[in-house]
Amino acid sequence: MADKTELLTGLAEIVEEVAGVAKDDVTAEKSFVDDLDIDSLSMVEIAVQAEDRFGVKIPDDELANLKTVGDAVDYVAANSK
Amino acid sequence: MSNTDVVITGIGATTPLGPDVTSTWDGLLAGRSGVRALEADWAEAYDLPVRIGATLAEEPTEKIPRVRARRLDRCEQVALIAAWQAWEDAGYSLPSDDGEDVEPERLGVSIGTGIGGPVTLLEQDDNLEQHGMRKVSPLTVPMLMPNGPAAHVGIELRARAGVHSPASACASGAEGIAKAYDMIRSGRADVVVAGGAEACIHPITIAGFAQARTVSTRNDDPERASRPFDVDRDGFVLGEGAGVMVLESAAHAEARGARVYGKVAGTGITSDAYHITGNHPDGIGQIAAMRQAIEQAGVTTRDVGHVNAHATSTVVGDVGEAAAIQKALGDHPVVTAPKSALGHLVGGAGAVEGIATLLAIYHGVVPMTLNLGELDPKVELDVVAGEPRKMELSAAISNSFGFGGHNTALLFTSA
Repeated sequence: MADKTELLTGLAEIVEEVAGVAKDDVTAEKSFVDDLDIDSLSMVEIAVQAEDRFGVKIPDDELANLKTVGDAVDYVAANSK
Repeated sequence: MSNTDVVITGIGATTPLGPDVTSTWDGLLAGRSGVRALEADWAEAYDLPVRIGATLAEEPTEKIPRVRARRLDRCEQVALIAAWQAWEDAGYSLPSDDGEDVEPERLGVSIGTGIGGPVTLLEQDDNLEQHGMRKVSPLTVPMLMPNGPAAHVGIELRARAGVHSPASACASGAEGIAKAYDMIRSGRADVVVAGGAEACIHPITIAGFAQARTVSTRNDDPERASRPFDVDRDGFVLGEGAGVMVLESAAHAEARGARVYGKVAGTGITSDAYHITGNHPDGIGQIAAMRQAIEQAGVTTRDVGHVNAHATSTVVGDVGEAAAIQKALGDHPVVTAPKSALGHLVGGAGAVEGIATLLAIYHGVVPMTLNLGELDPKVELDVVAGEPRKMELSAAISNSFGFGGHNTALLFTSA
């Protein structure tokens, strides 16, 4: 299982690149939609980049369940090779 | 002024001559050219016969933050920049949580484009071919759709009275303004943000225009390549940019004490029903468009002291328009062809040139046509050359014609 701190850092970089949210604001408890103001189109881009970076598959029905940054980190940690 | 009058209270543009209206207008009066050698490596890679273009004086990303810019096609970017400028110039602030300066249900948008976002389409097709469907951006469709520029401006300014995007090739920007005029006259809106945008300088558009034999190949002398009405003209120069005006009912503008540049007093829109790229040889559609605009404005042909010609610098098109102007108006109007300096902004052309026509009336000066070494003897018009001509104007027409046989004439008058 990958280190969750490293995953959070990597995910924050992707979120900053795609949605322009400062890396430091991307913390585990934040909701992508309600706190970070990320729309569904940007979520798709973030998911594709996360898949490539962490070697994980994020099917659409799983993506819909990843409400917070922490949810995404946990999912990647549990499913990456 | 009557209640059905439509006035212009704000103008904005980003063009090959400058990143705003002031620098563009100053460039026209100074006789600067916006045409340059294309630096992109593809110009050589594809062995294109055309290596020149009228590229933007300032990259849109100077004004639009990175993350926002990557969600917008370049055509949408230039529309947004011109709209911001026009909106601020009209004395309005952007909508916020505290509300809006114009009631959203009374605010419309009408911004046309000739082609929209073909560059996005091609880039995403490259992604599809090279990396598979997962790498195709979820923003592909909203970035390439031709209503994208108008839609983004409508969201930005909170316009709920309808967002329109006329697509009539090189007449799109002018038709955008004509549509806005109709919206206000019919009572659908009090304020309409109107104009046109284009940004598709790419090997495929250059190759396509070159194959149609419509573009100049004067690669060794870019600044002299666009030469409307000159005997040695050999086609237009593809450009990019946007122009936007804020149109308002006279009553709405007066109630808030707005500065008024002038009026859209009449518009004419006709179609040739003749050929997909060529104009009708007798100019019937062009003549009818100018006459419609005059009739709607309630002025006489004598009142029209100036024509801002569509004149793209093609061999056939320029003489056809010259004859049409003569037939519709007579010999007296002072004519200029701003594409000699701006290049051809396609869907942006009619809007940027409409702004130039308005400013000619407002400032009492007509910019010169560049590169007019020897006037084509078939052009029996008073074309301004050498230096700008100072003259008092009460009414002027801006012509815009497009592939498909679209003809639009906008008639502006002083306030």
